Amino acid sequence: MAAVQETVDRVKSVDVDAYKYGFVTDIASDKAPKGLNDDTVRFISAKKNEPLWLTEWRLDAYKRWLTMREPDWAKVHYPKIDYQDLYYYSAPKSTPGPKSLDEVDPELLRVYEKLGIPLREREILLGVEGAGTRVAVDAVFDSVSVATTFKAELAKSGVIFCPISEAVHSHPELVKKYMGSVVPVTDNYFATLNSAVFSDGSFVYIPPGVRCPMELSTYFRINEQNTGQFERTLIIADKGSYVSYLEGCTAPKRDENQLHAAVVELIALDDAEIKYSTVQNWYPGDKDGKGGIYNFVTKRGDCRGARSKISWTQVETGSAITWKYPSCILRGDSSRGEFYSIAISNGRQQVDSGTKMLHLGKNTSSRVISKGIAAGRSDNTYRGQIFAHRKASGARNFTNCDSLLIGDTCGAHTVPYIEARNPSVMFEHEATTSKISEDQLFYCMQRGLSGEEATALIVNGFVRDVLQQLPMEFAVEAQKLIAVSLEGSVG
Amino acid sequence: MTVAARPAQIRTEAETALAGFLAARPEVQNGPAGEAQRKAAGVFALKGLPHRRVEAWHYTDLRSLMREAWPLAAASASAKAPAREGLRVMIIDGVCAVLPASSPPGIKFTALRDAMASGGGTFAAQLFPDIGADDSPAALNAALARDGVVIEIAAGVKADAPIEIHFTTSAGAPRSEYPRCLVIAGAGSSLTLSETHASAARVQRNSALVCWLSEGAQVEHVFHTGDAAPEQHIATLLGDIGAGAGFQSFALVAGGSLLRRQCFIRQSGERAKIGLRGVSLLKGKQHADTTLVIDHAVPRGESRELFKHIITGSASGVFQGKVLVRPHAQKTDGGMKSQTLLLSGEAAMSNKPELEIFADDVVCGHGATVGQLDTDQLFYLMTRGLPKAQAEGLLIEAFAREAIEFVGNGDLRESCAAALTRWLETLN
Repeated sequence: MAAVQETVDRVKSVDVDAYKYGFVTDIASDKAPKGLNDDTVRFISAKKNEPLWLTEWRLDAYKRWLTMREPDWAKVHYPKIDYQDLYYYSAPKSTPGPKSLDEVDPELLRVYEKLGIPLREREILLGVEGAGTRVAVDAVFDSVSVATTFKAELAKSGVIFCPISEAVHSHPELVKKYMGSVVPVTDNYFATLNSAVFSDGSFVYIPPGVRCPMELSTYFRINEQNTGQFERTLIIADKGSYVSYLEGCTAPKRDENQLHAAVVELIALDDAEIKYSTVQNWYPGDKDGKGGIYNFVTKRGDCRGARSKISWTQVETGSAITWKYPSCILRGDSSRGEFYSIAISNGRQQVDSGTKMLHLGKNTSSRVISKGIAAGRSDNTYRGQIFAHRKASGARNFTNCDSLLIGDTCGAHTVPYIEARNPSVMFEHEATTSKISEDQLFYCMQRGLSGEEATALIVNGFVRDVLQQLPMEFAVEAQKLIAVSLEGSVG
Repeated sequence: MTVAARPAQIRTEAETALAGFLAARPEVQNGPAGEAQRKAAGVFALKGLPHRRVEAWHYTDLRSLMREAWPLAAASASAKAPAREGLRVMIIDGVCAVLPASSPPGIKFTALRDAMASGGGTFAAQLFPDIGADDSPAALNAALARDGVVIEIAAGVKADAPIEIHFTTSAGAPRSEYPRCLVIAGAGSSLTLSETHASAARVQRNSALVCWLSEGAQVEHVFHTGDAAPEQHIATLLGDIGAGAGFQSFALVAGGSLLRRQCFIRQSGERAKIGLRGVSLLKGKQHADTTLVIDHAVPRGESRELFKHIITGSASGVFQGKVLVRPHAQKTDGGMKSQTLLLSGEAAMSNKPELEIFADDVVCGHGATVGQLDTDQLFYLMTRGLPKAQAEGLLIEAFAREAIEFVGNGDLRESCAAALTRWLETLN
């Protein structure tokens, strides 16, 4: 029963206050004028001192965006977004590309410390020496990357890990070749908007045959009011390489809704493997649904090479509205895609999330495990597409999506699209919806657990398959998050 | 999830022709029935034919599949068919041509045209229920329906012999027809209903069957469309299932180049049981779409769906099943399964089993599989001396039989099984 005790302790140790990252930091910032037009796009491009081709690329995207309609097929409802009432660029003022951490605004460093993300390598080394694991962090604050740790050490093994705005200058050939090749500029409304106004994000390149020596991580923070965050992440794993990448995000508690429209592109060449984990903890809004982040994200991985593998793991607890479908294009023969997800919604959150597995190559396989937990007055939808092209002989998919409902005012929905165009595919899909069994609750409570502890315990068991896929550092955090998100949902 | 309706959706040639049919409707009656028909015409005028951006029609793009609307079948074209033994209704060219010569006590047959002429508000509400009313092809049927049959079975009456409604079109030029039938099963009654479709001409048939089951009524419905199936067919089934009632529907689909079978079933009383099953046998360039919407509006309902699709040639199959559990429909028990065998390199299948759940104390699940014949099983049979084709036939038959076994009426079950065997023989 040691494991059970551990869970209970963890649940107990969690702060009662539901969202603890809701603080605002007063940092002078440099913003683009409110609204979106050609000039805003040029302004952002100029701020980044971008080459002409990229400015053109952005302007093309902007022109295209003007002709597009906001998608309305998802099971989410929100008031119309006024895209002219947003700031599209905001950067902490004092740091025009700091050379070292010593030049970074100490106030900023304190923000990250408060969030539990130390940015000074010395401290990191001291802090986790016993554990023997190190994580390189790229910290993105509003629209810019403020610090990237362990760059030098990573460079020794040939790994490039830097803000994308820097990669545009230092590795233009890679950026030019791969950016937009997985999520085309014209992909969808939010991706096109991102292409026009993206500000920063992480760039990762792992050279052939290299196993990235440490976990890479990006930590996103929205601080400024009325600001949208549009980051762009590009990860390329060259032949035979491996990388594990973590992403975390938080935002202050604010009464208005903020837009986060990111694009993440992963490219795995022959025999490469990318493991991408997200713990999404944007501010979800208050109990009555006021405020919170609109998380409209396009994430897609391209298994371009034979025998490549891309695995998405996500723990979604935050955001007022989530609209997110991390996908895999299984182009290379025998490539493999995986998607593990826990989506928890409470209060008035709305989640419409899932995945797409597009089988194009031969003998490709994919696995989808999705666990949705709805509580409060929230709506939680799994929407996933499994597609096998006519040439995708031997494609295999297994999908399992389970939903758990806590309380009778929430909704859980499953909308899978399973499309087979080849007779040799083997697709299996199963989904169940149920509530926490009275028997299980009774059993736990009879043994002395309170209602909430018992719920957390059962939920932890329910999501175990997914938690096991998370890197160690995140698994603990995620488990705590689950307990926090469900706080107050029992009784 | 409905795509925002934008007015003025009448764009294509077919839509323009359909709008013309609606405008030229003869004497739309006054009163509740006429009102319901005008409302339905409004739905079509607003939405037009569904296309792939309409979520419920994503895989059957009717706007592009239905390039033209063939002229409405003229009532005079209907030929009188000889009356037959048994309880058989013939709908020829969309007109109720033959009613059973005599009907057992407690069962009443009326041609829809007569019922509409005399029916009041209750009748109109039963004929045009608010179930599935958003669907524009179903609305088109409601707006253009002129004839069909009304079958009423009195409370407590148990009909022994199956009642057959046979739809056919007489030989001649391509036509379109919009028959609508209504079945009202009184409390505690029981009935077996066989719905068969054929045609001797190229026809666009948009048929609807509305079933009302009062408390404790038991209805078994078997839908069969075979070799002489209509070329383009939209078959809508609307059901309202009362407390403790049981509604079992089975569909055997083979033939026709385009078939959309859509069932909108609402559970309106507690402890109702709904069972929908079917087998689709598709070859050549056929396209068959089975779409279900099961609406659990009250507690303690049970629904079971099992659909088997066997697809060869360059045919394509679609299965969409939505189980909706409304906020107070606690203790709902829902299970849905769709299984597909793809037998050729050009065959395609799209599955969309959906759960939409707003109540917490429910058990709902669905499963969907797509695959080909198990090579191990095939090998086993071949080592026993069966030729490959025969071994394959055996496995396919076993696969489909699982669903056919749910047909309660022995004769109908056997005729479905025989149709399956005949279809398999045509493959070789």
